[in-house]
Amino acid sequence: MAIAETLLGNGSAREPSGPKPKSSLSPRNIMLYGTLIVVAVYYLLPLYVMVVTSLKGMPEIRLGNVFSPPVEITFEPWVKAWATACTGLNCDGLSHGFWNSVRITIPSVIVSIMIASVSGYSLANWRFRGAEIFFTILIVGSFVPYQVMIYPIVIVLREIGLYGSLWGLVIVHTIFGMPILTLLFRNYFVSLPVELFKAARVDGAGFWRIYFQIMMPMSLPIFVVAMILQVTGIWNDFLFGVIYTKPDTYPMTVQLNNIVNSVQGVKEYNVNMAATIITGLVPLAVYFLSGRYFVRGIAAGAVKG
Amino acid sequence: MAADSAKRPVRLFRNLNSKIAAIPMILIASVIFVGGTAWTILYSFTNSKLLPRLTFVGLDQYSRLWSTPKWLISIENLLIYGVLSLFFSLVIGFFLAVLLDQKIRFENTFRTIYLYPFALSFIVTGLVWQWLLNPEFGVQRVIRNLGWTSFSFDPLYNADIVIYGILLAGLWQGTGLVMCLMLAGLRGIDEEIWKASRVDGIPSWKTYLFIVIPMMRPVFITTLVIIASGIVRVYDLVVAQTSGGPGIASEVPAKFVYDTMFLAQNLAQGFAGSTMMLVTVIVVVVPWAYLEFGSKHGHS
Repeated sequence: MAIAETLLGNGSAREPSGPKPKSSLSPRNIMLYGTLIVVAVYYLLPLYVMVVTSLKGMPEIRLGNVFSPPVEITFEPWVKAWATACTGLNCDGLSHGFWNSVRITIPSVIVSIMIASVSGYSLANWRFRGAEIFFTILIVGSFVPYQVMIYPIVIVLREIGLYGSLWGLVIVHTIFGMPILTLLFRNYFVSLPVELFKAARVDGAGFWRIYFQIMMPMSLPIFVVAMILQVTGIWNDFLFGVIYTKPDTYPMTVQLNNIVNSVQGVKEYNVNMAATIITGLVPLAVYFLSGRYFVRGIAAGAVKG
Repeated sequence: MAADSAKRPVRLFRNLNSKIAAIPMILIASVIFVGGTAWTILYSFTNSKLLPRLTFVGLDQYSRLWSTPKWLISIENLLIYGVLSLFFSLVIGFFLAVLLDQKIRFENTFRTIYLYPFALSFIVTGLVWQWLLNPEFGVQRVIRNLGWTSFSFDPLYNADIVIYGILLAGLWQGTGLVMCLMLAGLRGIDEEIWKASRVDGIPSWKTYLFIVIPMMRPVFITTLVIIASGIVRVYDLVVAQTSGGPGIASEVPAKFVYDTMFLAQNLAQGFAGSTMMLVTVIVVVVPWAYLEFGSKHGHS
């Protein structure tokens, strides 16, 4: 736990400190920046190849190599990937999966954050006997491989009639988001000044009133971090999508995999790459727009214990 | 945690709202996490096929599991992938963090670039690397076109090295996270340490190796646990990149369990596989928890 706090704390103060280094073309600097740039190129190359391939026509792909820039730029693969690419018998492209993913992600993010933040608040400010036990189980449970819990959840969902529906998947995402989100909120609420909470208590505010009028408005940053964590995590999920939904409610990642790895027909690499980028766009947009919050989110998300 | 609750002065007896608010957490922890795990372990001792049923067959499922070639290959792949990916992501991640910690310009830009693959889905990563490693059009062809015509690098079509192809993609996606954690660890090192070692004239590589790394032990251990528990879960990446192929050469336990439960409809066998995965995690996590929380008790 101490590490989690250190990491979180550092997230907010990661600007380099001290005097600016003297800018000079010393051998050390050339080595340093040279290495950094070479590594950066390595990391960017797959993204570049994706974009380049998706803008080429198939004849050009067959002639050239994956790195050559497109001679004739065409957006047809993008249109095809979005609207008409086939998965088995259905040929309505990724659009269907995209909207499914939207319909899965939005309620999952809202429900999981609502439940986890309230649980974290209860753990931080309104402790009751035994609460810590369940919290510990939650944290320990986050290390248990999902495979162990998959089938019992299938049974539970079947019993309540939600197996195969979008809401079933929302419940699954809420369950598996609980450990990290509860930890996140609990630690954040604990770090808020207790005096505020006590003052509100003295003024006669109850559990929910303090939550909505004091805790929530004061905790916007952590809500943003949680949202980023959940949006990217849920959007990128494949395993739960494949298990708990039916083909017409498949999220985008599952549909993408079906399009690209379908055995029928000629492989259209440009369409495949366009589809891949489209699927990656949402988390990438979240990533590039959120910047520092994302780093805080993953530092928190990664340090589960 | 124990110290926290002892410090708390007031005990709220009628704390009903808080209990109501915690109901989902209590249900998830007890029914799903504890109940579900116990259920799976229990049914791994039965002969359930299409539907779960309680006819116990002792350890049959486990002995069958460990004589199934597909499972053995999965475990072997997991070991190779696990060891190499732990090693390389720690080394590369730490190295990148050290580079970024040199008070460089554009630190944010570089960090953003190194970390962005982590935002992507494993499916996306798998498919990109499937394309990059495509022998007809990808890296192999590019190098052959440069004149080295006998060059051969087709991990995804060669059963002997396919797991390294997956490792390549996994590292591309995962090292950014390790770098981030390490960077946070480096920033947590007291500036005084650096001043002292500079005064003593110790070269900085030595300071890193003999002073900073030992001081960052907790960060390393935590990172290790994070990577390790991620490794056990590897599933999407393999599905997207190779679908377990060629043949069954790149199967992993998570995929084995899914396939056995939902495609082969051999539930109890899948449960046995997932229980073995759980055992693997326990072997990794328990020593860590002991180190992490055991040492904490010593301090307080």
